[in-house]
Amino acid sequence: MTPRSPKQIACALVLVALGLVPVIAGWLDEPFYTVLFSRMVILAIGALSLNLILGYGGMVSFGHAVYLGVGAYVVGIGTVHAIEDGVEWLGSGLVHFAIAIVGSAVLALIFGLIALRTRGVYFIMITLALAQMVYFVMVGNDRYYGDDGVALYMRSELLGLDLSDDNVLYYLNFVCLLGCLYLMHRIVRSRFGMVIRGTKSNETRMESIGFPTFRYRLTAFVISGAMAGLAGVLLANQTDFVSPAMMHWTRSGDLIIMVVLGGMGTLFGPVLGAVGFLVLEEILSGLTEHWQVIFGPLLVLLVLFARGGLDALLDQLNRFGGK
Amino acid sequence: MNWTLLLEQTLNGFQLGLLLFLIAAGLTLVFGIMDLINLAHGSLYMVGAYFAATFTEWTGSFYWAVLLSLPAALLVGVVVEVVALRTLYTRDHLDQVLATFGLILFFDEAVRLIWGPIGLDIPLPEALNRSIELIPGIPYHTHRLAIIVVGIGVAVLLWVLVTKTRIGMLIRAGASNRRMVSALGVNIKLLYTLVFGLGAALAALAGVMDGPLRTAEAGMGNNILILAFVVTVIGGVGSIQGALVAALLVGLIDTVGRSFLPDLLGIFGSNNFADTAGPALSSMLIYLLMAVILAIRPQGLFPPRGAQ
Repeated sequence: MTPRSPKQIACALVLVALGLVPVIAGWLDEPFYTVLFSRMVILAIGALSLNLILGYGGMVSFGHAVYLGVGAYVVGIGTVHAIEDGVEWLGSGLVHFAIAIVGSAVLALIFGLIALRTRGVYFIMITLALAQMVYFVMVGNDRYYGDDGVALYMRSELLGLDLSDDNVLYYLNFVCLLGCLYLMHRIVRSRFGMVIRGTKSNETRMESIGFPTFRYRLTAFVISGAMAGLAGVLLANQTDFVSPAMMHWTRSGDLIIMVVLGGMGTLFGPVLGAVGFLVLEEILSGLTEHWQVIFGPLLVLLVLFARGGLDALLDQLNRFGGK
Repeated sequence: MNWTLLLEQTLNGFQLGLLLFLIAAGLTLVFGIMDLINLAHGSLYMVGAYFAATFTEWTGSFYWAVLLSLPAALLVGVVVEVVALRTLYTRDHLDQVLATFGLILFFDEAVRLIWGPIGLDIPLPEALNRSIELIPGIPYHTHRLAIIVVGIGVAVLLWVLVTKTRIGMLIRAGASNRRMVSALGVNIKLLYTLVFGLGAALAALAGVMDGPLRTAEAGMGNNILILAFVVTVIGGVGSIQGALVAALLVGLIDTVGRSFLPDLLGIFGSNNFADTAGPALSSMLIYLLMAVILAIRPQGLFPPRGAQ
């Protein structure tokens, strides 16, 4: 074992704490906390996936919620047919995961092919518009209840797990988060990850060296979309409800905030960001119904004065610990 | 084919297009000159609608409301620029996106706080709330007609402003090469504030005009903002003339597509298919248009001359 820095210990502690949430909520007799933290864990996966292209790849994708929406709608539509038409295999969680991951990857491939042809502000606007297109398609889709959304009468059936138990679902989410964290750890340290990070700092240079940067960026875009699709499946199960509002562009904005709040281009930042975002929302909305009047300007201040996010705050810990 | 309906929908498309032009013109100017991507531009449209509602109530006249709303919105725009956005010009696009997203949250909630959670209706004066027959047998709503007239008027004024005046020259110069303009001794800060205020007033004008056709409500700017983005991207970021062409294109395709695509599909497929796929497909049309245009010309239809 190599000696760990205080920052790594702090990150590990956060993970352990997240792992103990249902136990603590049980002690306190506040099952609400399990649900709240479940959301955090799921959105952490979403933010993690966005971080691959936004933080490491420098692609400001403003339509990421759409891939979560695809994952969620796979569950919603699947269970509708499983119950209404008696097609049992459409209620299976494994099928949901498979279709959601493949589906959102394909969508990301198509959108990536269009959006990655452009740069900078064009890229932001196009990802935004494409995501909004999917949003309007689902709003106009009467078969799956359009704007009203689909209420889930059952959760995914996964390997005999009782997902209707919030604690079981929490641990499924948590295990998925750990898996995604590990995957991301491997990706960003691989040759592929190095190329992606290289294109962020200087794409022309990477091209001159001989890397087909478009293909690398597209691959990252697809991986990121697929991971968000997975988070979408979990999110649908968590909320028991799927609606177009999940993929409205303002939700994509929330994901970007989480990544930036936590710290862009850091492995653990998105997790901290998701936790920080929801805790902040919880506290502020406890203070006043109009919490966004405070949250909005707070965000502006965050952008103007606090670069690096929560992750940079933990770096301070390292300096404190003499590392 | 129902020709009356087609003509009416074409006019409606024209009207939506001109409305989008009012919003996109400011967006594209602000981006072209200050290199700022402003998500809160839709909020100014919303503020315009709310001002119109309030001033209509105070003065009892929609016309007065239009006249009062514009300077009020311009003031809001200038305050926003001076307080929040000025520091963002030198930041990267991600920072701008985040900060202006924060502004959206603030505006949407502030509007709920000030005017309450329920949307406001804006009553139209009688002259604007009836139908006239443009061509015998085809009645058209006067307010929609007024939007078309105002939209064309603003487009002409903007054209004169941008191509015939000294300020317009500076604006064009700013869109092509900002550094050179400030190097030549132009007070670029003042120009920036002016341009932002102008954009804010135009967006608010769109809100004022559109408000009576819908309801003034929190978050109303968020969806139209995306349409304005589509227009800006298709037209070429920074180009006013591109914004006009793209706005009309988007307005027409969206409106006409929505009313006729389901029928058109009915000719080829079963009615059932047309009923389910029609609405979904017609809401995709403008985005498909955007994708096609970007595939052919990634810089949009009319990228400003000399832009880097």
